[in-house]
Amino acid sequence: MFYRESGQFKATYAEDSEIFPIRQDKIGIAVILAIAFLGIPLLAKTGFLSDYAFTAILTPFLIFSLAALGLNILTGYAGQLSLGTAAFMAVGAFASYNFMLRIDGMPILVAFILGGLCAAAVGIIFGLPSIRIRGFYLAAATLATQFFIVWCLTKVGWFTNYSSSGVITAQKIMMFGYTFDTSFSKYLFVLSVVSVMALLAKNMVRTNVGRSWMAIRDMDMAAEVIGFRPVRTKLMAFAVSSFYCGVAGALFAYAYLGTVEPEGFNLDLSFRILFMIIIGGVGSILGSFLGSAFIVLLPILLNMFTHFLDSSIGVDVPSGIASSIELMVFGAMIIFFLIVEPHGLARLWQIGKEKLRLWPFPH
Amino acid sequence: MQFFFEVLIAGLLSGVMYALVALGYVLIYKASGVFNFAQGAMVFFAALTTAGLVDSGLSLWLAVPLTMVAMVVLGLLTEKFVLRPLVAQHEITLFMATIGLTFFIEGLAQAIWGANVRALDLGIEDVPLEWLLESANIAVSQFDLIASGIAAVLVTLLAIFFSKTKIGRALRAVADDHQAALSIGIPLQHIWGIVWAVAGFVALVAGLLWGARNGVQFALTFVALKALPVLILGGFTSVPGAIVGGLIIGASEKLAEVYLGPYVGGGIEGWFPYVLALLFLVVRPEGLFGERIIRRI
Repeated sequence: MFYRESGQFKATYAEDSEIFPIRQDKIGIAVILAIAFLGIPLLAKTGFLSDYAFTAILTPFLIFSLAALGLNILTGYAGQLSLGTAAFMAVGAFASYNFMLRIDGMPILVAFILGGLCAAAVGIIFGLPSIRIRGFYLAAATLATQFFIVWCLTKVGWFTNYSSSGVITAQKIMMFGYTFDTSFSKYLFVLSVVSVMALLAKNMVRTNVGRSWMAIRDMDMAAEVIGFRPVRTKLMAFAVSSFYCGVAGALFAYAYLGTVEPEGFNLDLSFRILFMIIIGGVGSILGSFLGSAFIVLLPILLNMFTHFLDSSIGVDVPSGIASSIELMVFGAMIIFFLIVEPHGLARLWQIGKEKLRLWPFPH
Repeated sequence: MQFFFEVLIAGLLSGVMYALVALGYVLIYKASGVFNFAQGAMVFFAALTTAGLVDSGLSLWLAVPLTMVAMVVLGLLTEKFVLRPLVAQHEITLFMATIGLTFFIEGLAQAIWGANVRALDLGIEDVPLEWLLESANIAVSQFDLIASGIAAVLVTLLAIFFSKTKIGRALRAVADDHQAALSIGIPLQHIWGIVWAVAGFVALVAGLLWGARNGVQFALTFVALKALPVLILGGFTSVPGAIVGGLIIGASEKLAEVYLGPYVGGGIEGWFPYVLALLFLVVRPEGLFGERIIRRI
């Protein structure tokens, strides 16, 4: 009933190849953007949303979504499993920091883009083995990225401006004389960057670039035979994916943490982002957002649950055990999703759409 | 020169320990085609359980069999609840499921035994061998030597188990071709259960040795990750490959740390094996002893 595309005719080629061909999708995206850009600020102004909601939920959700989007481009669309996402984020963060530090009057957005490009360059270098190897050989090889980059950033003092502890403090985000220093303004900044990049990604995966990625993913030999260049396609996926991760890393440092050390981008973060795309949906832009929301919210909900246990029945769960249980829940969730719904939350939404198309009738 | 040999021998001995972990991966991969990322977590779980049991007052001789039972149960449960529902799925899906399993086992181990560092005393002292020190002036740790002796015994036992027993033959048949093995009446799920139990046993041995060497702590899981470059070098399907790969990784990482480390600020042990394996892959994607990959459409 709600989701019916019948009666929506396409008369021109341009209409047929729109990003959101169905009217409901257009309205949906507009509503989501309106809520994100106007609704949430209104709620904040009226005091419904505290600072905590921005610093602990909304901003990290958006940043992780962007990182998950980057990994999804590589793993979901191009089929190259990577365990080094956090390393590319680290490159983006530290490169942006150095561009801001060493070049006077560097606009912050340009620094982010340059940081992303540095990450892309690193991505191409560490993506080179993907030409020869596939599957989990490649996954094991991407661990090299993870360990090497973090070591390199820790050991080479120049990257951290010779800070003795290796911790960098991100510069203030300033644009056109306005300083983004409250959690609310940082949220808006991150939201703008993420929405632009997500729309770009949504567009990219339906162009010939995205289609060549999917061809390589589904059957690389066949794709090669019909004329896709595997080397170029795979390296392109590594570059674009790393660019997204790099920008996400820069946002992670500038808009979320403020101060960051290379060890902050450890293997654990890479796994978290991998979990986001597994739970959200491999090979889906929407899935990156859903998965990120899930992984960001899960510890908070678990935390609330243990507090609830404490206050209502008086069962005090020690924090050490609580964090172990969090690990267990993460692990069990991954296995559960892989068994029950390998295409993740995004697929559930698709099934929901099918149902909405007929609702309230069963057939 | 003596120093060189000392480093080389220490490296080779630690390589044997890497090989021990790698062996667990190879066993499962050969028999079921699953790349079990959780092997490292199993090593950690085994070490922590033994140390925890010993700390709670049991003798080592009782704690080890009890842990063995726990590992077998863990392996069987994994087979039943994680791999059986995922049978015939894409190998990457299985790989990601074992990453989930890694988190689950790590969380489980710490939920039961706490996250503190524990010591594990096997009664073998980590001191240089005296006669070797006197005769050739080379310090070789007694512990490392005994550990690699145990590893050698374990590998021999596994080799005999694989080639001489009925179960071993069934295992190899399953590894070669699931369908054909099923059709001649080899109970597939039964066999997979056994493989996971054996992998649990290997994890226990590796966990005991590594735990006694470095202390039982979360960092053990990173040691286990080092088995991955070992596998890449040796090939995923080869037991001798795991051993040779382990020796190469162990020796080269120690030599690189000692001779290259000072020029670049040290600490390169953490990534050197991975980069070595990565460069190696570019030249020979199937590893030293792996089966040559032939691909068709």
